[in-house]
Amino acid sequence: MNTCDRKGRPLVAVTGLGIVTSLGRSKAENWAKLTSGQSGVGFIKRFTTEGLKAHIAGSIDFMLPAGFNSQELSYALAEDAAREALDEAGMNGANAFPGPLFIAVPPAEISWRTREDLAATLPAGSPVTYAAMIQKNFGKRRDILDAFSMGRVGDLIAQRFGTRGSPISISTACASGATAVQMGVDAIRFGLTNAALAIGTDGSINVESVIRFSLLSALSMHEDPPQEASRPFSHKRDGFVMAEGAAALVLENFDTARARGAEILGIVAGCGERADTFHRTRSNPDGSAIVGAINNALEDAGMGPDEIDYINAHGTSTPENDKMEALACMAVFGERMKALPISSNKSMIGHTLTAAGAVEAVISLLTIRHGVLPPTINYREPDPAIPFDVVPNIARAQKVNRVMSNSFGFGGQNVSLIFQSPP
Amino acid sequence: MNDVVVTGIGLVSSLGVGVESHHGLFDGQLQPVFDRQATAPYPIHPLAPIDFDLLIPKKGDQRQMDQGQRIGVYAAGLALQDGGVLGDLEFLQNTHLIVAAGDGERDVAVDEEILSAISSAEDRQIFFNLSMSKKLRPTLFLAQLPNLLAGNISIVHGVTGSSRTFMGEQPAGLDAIVTMAARIRAGSVNAGLAGGAYSAPRFDMMLHLGLGGAILEGEPASVWTRKERGGGMICGSVGAFLLLESRDHAERRGARISAVLGPAFSEHSFRESGEVETCAADLWARMKPSLASGPLGIISGASGAEPVTAQELASFERLQAQHEIYIRGTGTMIGHALEATAPANLALASLALREQKYFAPFDETGIEKDAPAPPSQIVVTSFGHWRGEGMILLRSARGDRA
Repeated sequence: MNTCDRKGRPLVAVTGLGIVTSLGRSKAENWAKLTSGQSGVGFIKRFTTEGLKAHIAGSIDFMLPAGFNSQELSYALAEDAAREALDEAGMNGANAFPGPLFIAVPPAEISWRTREDLAATLPAGSPVTYAAMIQKNFGKRRDILDAFSMGRVGDLIAQRFGTRGSPISISTACASGATAVQMGVDAIRFGLTNAALAIGTDGSINVESVIRFSLLSALSMHEDPPQEASRPFSHKRDGFVMAEGAAALVLENFDTARARGAEILGIVAGCGERADTFHRTRSNPDGSAIVGAINNALEDAGMGPDEIDYINAHGTSTPENDKMEALACMAVFGERMKALPISSNKSMIGHTLTAAGAVEAVISLLTIRHGVLPPTINYREPDPAIPFDVVPNIARAQKVNRVMSNSFGFGGQNVSLIFQSPP
Repeated sequence: MNDVVVTGIGLVSSLGVGVESHHGLFDGQLQPVFDRQATAPYPIHPLAPIDFDLLIPKKGDQRQMDQGQRIGVYAAGLALQDGGVLGDLEFLQNTHLIVAAGDGERDVAVDEEILSAISSAEDRQIFFNLSMSKKLRPTLFLAQLPNLLAGNISIVHGVTGSSRTFMGEQPAGLDAIVTMAARIRAGSVNAGLAGGAYSAPRFDMMLHLGLGGAILEGEPASVWTRKERGGGMICGSVGAFLLLESRDHAERRGARISAVLGPAFSEHSFRESGEVETCAADLWARMKPSLASGPLGIISGASGAEPVTAQELASFERLQAQHEIYIRGTGTMIGHALEATAPANLALASLALREQKYFAPFDETGIEKDAPAPPSQIVVTSFGHWRGEGMILLRSARGDRA
């Protein structure tokens, strides 16, 4: 006999949470800084930014000794967050997690440092070609194939924590972390498992990734001071700030979690998704796909819009995203949006890209648990087109039972999640 | 639990465009096509001549994609066309999408130019920052994002129920199908499009694979005979998508059912000594209760990379004592396409079951035997060059309901 949700499916409980962002390692450190309105954004120190358009980020240099590549950092972040989540769930003993792994990871590519090492194997002064690098090193660098395979981070996490079956490595761009959570929920609801580990991780700030986002004119140029660059929903927002981080959620069938005496931290009540057909980097101006994702989440949870107490926004701080998110929220929640609190964690931690959906899922559950809404910092000049209660600048004590968390990705991939306090 | 059926097959390879152009595999009329020059000395199977305009009508859309994305968007369109739903926006709004994809192609010329000059630069980092800033193109970035294949399928074909992209080489392709089938089986969705694509002539991927010795140098050979040369894949350009539906949903709209999905298993060993063999034995043991007596087709995704190809083959040999099996290694005919290989093999298996035919042996090793009668059950296997061991059973739609 399963305890069921409003649709008769097994209820999905959250029993463990872990997080690492530019604000620090652990829930305690992140929560303290999030609720005191601190920013983790700073000038990039990992590499020289001379000659680049962007010089700031929420990068994480406290995890590994200098010289690491994106794959290594993405793993280290994921491992740290997962360990914290499993400790909390009381499941970190045997390294035999009783279910599958769904992990949102940035795409893998051979690092530039490695490319240069390979080029250095060729005779000095000869032109460097891929063909020459292959022939010179054929079969001699299995370590590089391993290190930069797309499935590498998932493979290492699966090994580390003993998850079952094929680890699923997910990319739905900036919605990836939310998709990882949704896939874990699906697996439990479908009766395929009683537990799933959902992780989002991103340690991919490097010169090339910074240039790529700069070329799309997506990054904020309000760089000084860096802490004030990310200003979601404010009139003078001009782009997002790249950031790194990871978050992990232990998801369990409510009954089996209770049967083993686990503390239930919250419920994943609903997941909604919808893809857009409009453009590779922009939403349809009618907001239909975002509205669709939000409505699908409500429908999936069997809830009406009036039942949502607070929205953890995607809120990237780009002119386009925040405008579209506001439009969609107005379409779904109507006049109530003037009073329904909505804030953006990205004002403080920047945009953790692949990890963001999972990071904000964890923060949404902490919000329910502590009864405090993290603020939208750097909110000085309201955007007249977005007349919302963005919890400006200062955290607010307010008990909330149902939180919606939005994630929208390049390529038109939109996911909305609804979390609920434990019954 | 809903029965999951295949109602649309989209396949593009070196042998042709569209699943029908692969009929010549039934009677041995088709021979593998190679390009020995593009990435010499490592041969590939090049994409068959294709007119992308037919299913990607806007040139602007084509320009936003790399070649792998074009192949994938085209193959996705073929699957929708085969399923009779291309352009049926109402249907497609409720069609869900799972794509298996890796990175798009890098601008290799830019990389080579920078690598050639960087060692003599006065300040390595500043030189790199300036040259990359000048040379990278914004459209290329989007074409390099794995999830933009799915994004482009939504944009070009209007598939918008949902969109997910799985990364991670061969298992991503298998898991895309397995996950979509699980969603349909559970009644969470009624219809889904799942598959992947790969463009073979890519020096960036050749470098990645070649460093691990995972590609074959020199003369092409059957996937089963490369072991003495150290093994290795011959990459092939492939795009493959399947339209999957619940049987009720398919029957209600009068769709043609090509094949029925049976059990699917996807595992992950760490490739320590003996692990692949144990995993393979376990997979077959789990599959066994679902196998009927009579001939069994095995369409293998063996890449040719060793030792896993030999380990997979050994698992078939043990099976031979109990089942009349007909092994076909598609890597010999269309090459290996990483994420797209499992979808392509499921497409070929679905075609065989739909046509009530079976493929002539793909090589002359004797490992692949002539099937006197076409099997009505086919297992598609996926053992990745690096990770991932799995298999899916497909059955003829003509038999009893599973």
